[in-house]
Amino acid sequence: MTLDLVLRIALIVGAFLLLPLIVGQTEHKVMAHMQARLGPMYAGRFHGWAQLIADGVKFMQKEDVVPAAADRRVFTLAPAVALVPYLVVLVVIPVGPGLVGRDLDAGLFFVLAVMGVGVLGAVMAGWSSGNKYSVLGGMRAAAQLTSYELPLVLAASSVAMAAGTLSLPGIVSAWQWWWLPWQAIGMVVFFIAGLAELRRPPFDMPIAESELIMGPFTEYTGIRFALFMLSEYAGIVVLSALTTVLFLGGWHGPLLPGVVWTLVKIFILAFIVIWVRVSYPRLREDQLQRLAWAWLVPLALLQLALTGVVKVAFL
Amino acid sequence: MANVTENREQVVGIGAGAKELATEDMVLNIGPQHPSTHGVLRLRLTLDGERISQAEPIVGYMHRGAEKLFEVRDYRQIIVLANRHDWLSAFANELGVVLAVERMLGMEVPIRAVWTRTLLAELNRILNHLMFLGSYPLEVGAITPIFYAFRERETLQAVMEEISGGRMHYMFNRVGGLKEELPQGWLDRVADAVHQVRTRLPNLENLIHGNEIFRARTRGVGILTPEAIMQYGVSGPIARASGVDFDLRRDEPYLAYGELPVKVVTRQEGDCLARFECLLDQVKVSLDLADLCVDRMRGLPQGPVNQRLPKVLKVPEGHTYAWTENPLGINGYYLVSRGEKTPWRLKLRSASYNNIQALKEMLPGQLVADMIAILGSMFFVVGDIDK
Repeated sequence: MTLDLVLRIALIVGAFLLLPLIVGQTEHKVMAHMQARLGPMYAGRFHGWAQLIADGVKFMQKEDVVPAAADRRVFTLAPAVALVPYLVVLVVIPVGPGLVGRDLDAGLFFVLAVMGVGVLGAVMAGWSSGNKYSVLGGMRAAAQLTSYELPLVLAASSVAMAAGTLSLPGIVSAWQWWWLPWQAIGMVVFFIAGLAELRRPPFDMPIAESELIMGPFTEYTGIRFALFMLSEYAGIVVLSALTTVLFLGGWHGPLLPGVVWTLVKIFILAFIVIWVRVSYPRLREDQLQRLAWAWLVPLALLQLALTGVVKVAFL
Repeated sequence: MANVTENREQVVGIGAGAKELATEDMVLNIGPQHPSTHGVLRLRLTLDGERISQAEPIVGYMHRGAEKLFEVRDYRQIIVLANRHDWLSAFANELGVVLAVERMLGMEVPIRAVWTRTLLAELNRILNHLMFLGSYPLEVGAITPIFYAFRERETLQAVMEEISGGRMHYMFNRVGGLKEELPQGWLDRVADAVHQVRTRLPNLENLIHGNEIFRARTRGVGILTPEAIMQYGVSGPIARASGVDFDLRRDEPYLAYGELPVKVVTRQEGDCLARFECLLDQVKVSLDLADLCVDRMRGLPQGPVNQRLPKVLKVPEGHTYAWTENPLGINGYYLVSRGEKTPWRLKLRSASYNNIQALKEMLPGQLVADMIAILGSMFFVVGDIDK
């Protein structure tokens, strides 16, 4: 029992360290080829596969600066607050039948609650940096969080209604192929809201390097900055994994083993996240709020109604 | 459109309800070091939340005293210096100086040099515009168009480099003509480069111009009225985007523009999108003009491309004002000579200096995000502001 638990935890930590790096490297290469470039080509010889490891080594060697005007404790704690929640979320995400760190009865509830905590890292960083750009970025992040939690939760609850359970493995087990069209609206809403929560383009106005010069992260250097970057990619993995589990049927799929299907779906979604970044400009803060309240919330409610009607009438 | 945006923001946007709360203004310095100021422009903003209540452009961080330096250099050396203030329009900058000096000398420039200058000026305009067509989307968060723009720039820069050896500061003008004869087969390579850029330009256009987010960020944002344009002396594509139909290439032709059908691109809206569209369409017009120049040059008889100059070039006493339609607007040189080998005074009227003065009027009332969209759409070069 103990050995089993240790093994599961070790696997999850391993995945947590490895998957974001793979996504990061994929982003380097995919972006580069979409922009008629090559991307990293030297580190590790073969197509620059070791670029992110080299980056990590560089970040670790750099000086860790805390500005004199910063609120020291909050400032140093913020990167951990941004990163750890995503690790915790991975514990309850099933990758195959029975392959899950911990099958919580209220898994979905747990995941959404913990993901919300991650955003606090950016807010803390923004407020504690003692920098005007960071404050603006932190405020934007907070505004984004409050408007995007609602559609995210509504879309996710539609799936929970359909499956009749909050447990993530339970949802995947109950999943049928025709849920794809049935929950399509919810999936789009969930994915878009998730992107906004991750502050990924086109919703990256808290970071906005051409306006706020990285916003909350302006004053961060070295390893702490690297942790924020890592949390961004861990966030992509978590969002893709959650969308896979909730809307794409997780391990369901023909021929290949379940774990492979889960990973394939996660990476396809991660690819879409990268693709969107390459193709779209950034929304303005109020346009994003408008998108959330005028489009995503009503659509999520519509999905909820649709789920309810189908559930009552046909199942 | 502007009204709708206004209402929308009052309902859900940033700073909703802020008027009722006791808030404190924040002074935010954008620059001198900031990625969106393309160098060292500084804007001192007073912010209420993210809303700008006051904006003041502070210029001069890159002042190099070009006008004073002109006074202690002879006319050959001045060209080197003059092509540097707007580093994206080096050829066009050189042009104003040599036109002024040639006019004072009463010098006739060989016909082949005139047409070559026209061609190079148009290629230079395309290079300049492509830079902004790439960097402006970057400022509103689209990271890909700049790579497309730079691919086209490289294509054209190859022919510019072949002829002049330079990639930015061409130094190909001389008083009385051009530095050297054109290389063999160069015109074919120009025609080929222009053709390539024309066929690939739609890639750039399709990527960004029709994008909903890009349009939402730029349409109705940063409207500049024709009145403000007249008051601040704004010129170039920015002025034409507000419906001010003025282009020296058509209205006071220099070089060979009198014989070319110069299509002046204008828009009526005066917003960021209109300025972007003006730039995009001007690239197409310039590509056509470059083709016309190449065709014409093929039919010209053999002959020199420059005049023999005396060892010491002295400009007779007097004064003249030579202005040209630079890529970013009107570029003028007021040359006063006392008959010596250096000018007594060479006043430089640069486009960006006047263009950015209008920011003071455009920015108050806007959000920080819109400020970046507006700043980017004013297409300035800091060297051209600070001289």
